[in-house]
Amino acid sequence: MRVLAAMSGGVDSAVAAARAVEAGHDVTGVHLALSAKPGTLRTGARGCCTVEDAHDARRAADLMGIPFYVWDFAERFTEDVVEDFVAEYAAGRTPNPCLRCNERIKFEALLDKAIALGFDAVCTGHYARLSAVDGVVELRRSADDGKDQSYVLASLTREQLSHAMFPLGDSTKAAVRAEAATRGLAVAEKPDSHDICFIPDGDTQKFLGNRLGQSPGLLIDDATGAVLGRHAGVHEFTIGQRKGLGIDAPAPDGRPRYVLSLEPVSGNVRVGAAEKLAVTTITATRPSWPSGTPLTGPIECVAQVRAHGGTAPAVAELVDNHLQIHLRTPLTGVAPGQAVALYHPDTNGDLVLASATINTTA
Amino acid sequence: MAYLDHAATTPMHPDAITAMTRALSTLGNASSLHTSGRRARRAVEEAREDIADALGARPSEVIFTGGGTESDNLAVKGVFWARRAADPRRRRVLASAVEHHAVLDAVQWLADQDGAEVTWLDTDRYGRVHPDVLREALRGDDVALVTAMWANNEVGTINPVAELAAVAAEHGVPFHTDAVQAVGAVPVDFKDSGASALTMTGHKVGGPYGVGVLLLGRDVACTPLLHGGGQERDVRSGTLDVPAIVGLAAAVRRAVEDQPANAVEVAALRDELIASVRRVVPDAIVNGDPGPQRLPGNAHLTFPGCEGDSLLMLLDAKGIECSTGSACTAGVAQPSHVLLAMDVEPALSRGSLRFSLGHTSTAHDVRDLAEAIGPVVERARNAGLAGMRRSKGKNVKAEV
Repeated sequence: MRVLAAMSGGVDSAVAAARAVEAGHDVTGVHLALSAKPGTLRTGARGCCTVEDAHDARRAADLMGIPFYVWDFAERFTEDVVEDFVAEYAAGRTPNPCLRCNERIKFEALLDKAIALGFDAVCTGHYARLSAVDGVVELRRSADDGKDQSYVLASLTREQLSHAMFPLGDSTKAAVRAEAATRGLAVAEKPDSHDICFIPDGDTQKFLGNRLGQSPGLLIDDATGAVLGRHAGVHEFTIGQRKGLGIDAPAPDGRPRYVLSLEPVSGNVRVGAAEKLAVTTITATRPSWPSGTPLTGPIECVAQVRAHGGTAPAVAELVDNHLQIHLRTPLTGVAPGQAVALYHPDTNGDLVLASATINTTA
Repeated sequence: MAYLDHAATTPMHPDAITAMTRALSTLGNASSLHTSGRRARRAVEEAREDIADALGARPSEVIFTGGGTESDNLAVKGVFWARRAADPRRRRVLASAVEHHAVLDAVQWLADQDGAEVTWLDTDRYGRVHPDVLREALRGDDVALVTAMWANNEVGTINPVAELAAVAAEHGVPFHTDAVQAVGAVPVDFKDSGASALTMTGHKVGGPYGVGVLLLGRDVACTPLLHGGGQERDVRSGTLDVPAIVGLAAAVRRAVEDQPANAVEVAALRDELIASVRRVVPDAIVNGDPGPQRLPGNAHLTFPGCEGDSLLMLLDAKGIECSTGSACTAGVAQPSHVLLAMDVEPALSRGSLRFSLGHTSTAHDVRDLAEAIGPVVERARNAGLAGMRRSKGKNVKAEV
């Protein structure tokens, strides 16, 4: 196959590309320049798309003897990922920009371009498994539970996944690093990137504050309706947050208070006791079915509400093109805007059944 | 393989390789006083005389540098500093808007960091500076320096250098020209041009990398960038790179000697290249001067609806090497400042390729491109459209 390997400059995408080459594919490497103002050098483990990352990707491509190019997707990334991220926070929701980047950039803008240019697939260093059953793809969790990224790929369509290649799905991160060292890839010891790549200092609140300015509102005690304080904007909070609420007076019962809900129109942020965070019912919109046909009846599954952790046994059903999910054990920190992914447990890697955007919780 | 990127770098001439190889195994620092030193110095001075002779300069006007970028920086900053030191009112630099980044960024640095005022000289739609534009910009007595390239590296348009230099001379202002693309391609005579300073570099004329020349008129004051041993008229200190200088001189001799015949041959190939591409892709647009005032080896084409990076990758995969002709930061193609200055739409400028021919180009190279370009453009056009497409509506927004 003619394969376009997306190479971020990190160890995972480098090893993924090397494995694609070794499997006999005709591989071309591309580094996506996503930042409108690329920095010169990375600082610590944070950030990406610096000149140094492009250099690291280029050196990895040199070593495997494949052509390598840098493609500018900064405009698309700004529009589809960064602006979307800001708009979602402004609307009181909690987006996942990595998921959006996979959905809009890597497996839409890049994949579309790759297909048009004559490639058969886009290869990335994601930790997830793709298996073909009777020519139909299925998306499954990675063999490395700790690194599994099926959650941020679950909103891809079958069509998108049918042109995807994840060569690291059967490996652990430790094995990938060891392999990188054996292959002589200089990125073997490079730290993992965490955080959000377009917020290199990791200060999401400051980033959003700069973008959104102030839209003051009230902090309200959910139980009594009492006004506990003021804040500069709902974007400064996430559901389940305890620290930095700026409330002077302790709660009458002396127990910590958590953000329960964000109301962007009124500007109200409701806070209350931990048990009020517990969610047992989720309604989610825009379902996608990465591994199969839409749900027909109620189905036993495992629901996951964030990239790592946050899983619970559940019963899910499709009602009016919305997923109604009843959790058998409650989850906390479940916020509108997040994705919920549904899995069918399987010893060969849990099968991803569906993904949808959380709309309401109870 | 078809190498169509001679404007980026061109193969070394065998004469230059032979001369340089011999010099590499010869000991001697050209500044030393003993026998080996004198032998090295002799090789340098013969090279200097050869280059001066080939380019219509006096040997004392030849300053060896580390290449085109250094020569441009030395001319722009050094002449600016010297002129301002002599008269603090002179702090304006006049520069054409389509200069190579080695000039553009040096000028911009003077403006940002060193109190210079800049007037960017407008060009016509071919990227040419007109003498009356320069004359207008020279009103006032605050101009330290004028700089305008001999021939444009992207679109190949040739400036009326002698006329521009004459206008600058009317006002007593030094005139620098970046002739990196011109030497070996068109006749270049320093004295006849009337320029005060002229940049050329080795690897564009069949010489080695990392060596260049600034021709600097004897009466043109220039403050050094590099201080040290006082080599090169005290304008450019640093131990002379004897083998590179010897290789450069051999290349310049050959390039200038062969120039008249080469130019005819290369221009014919270039015309065939443009014609054969347009037979297959009739809507391809030729940028730059359509007439004779264009570098013989330059074909700069816009393919509407395509992205330059797609075209480049597809051609590269077929063994055809060319350039998107634009500046790179992190390897990312930026819209070309040259095309923008020529009022080409940004969308069209992104779909442009520079094919450049040189002394080793053959009809084969042109034929290879002509055979490949049709399917490549068709494919790149589909990919260009894919880039525009929004397969689904925007997420999330509607439903709260």
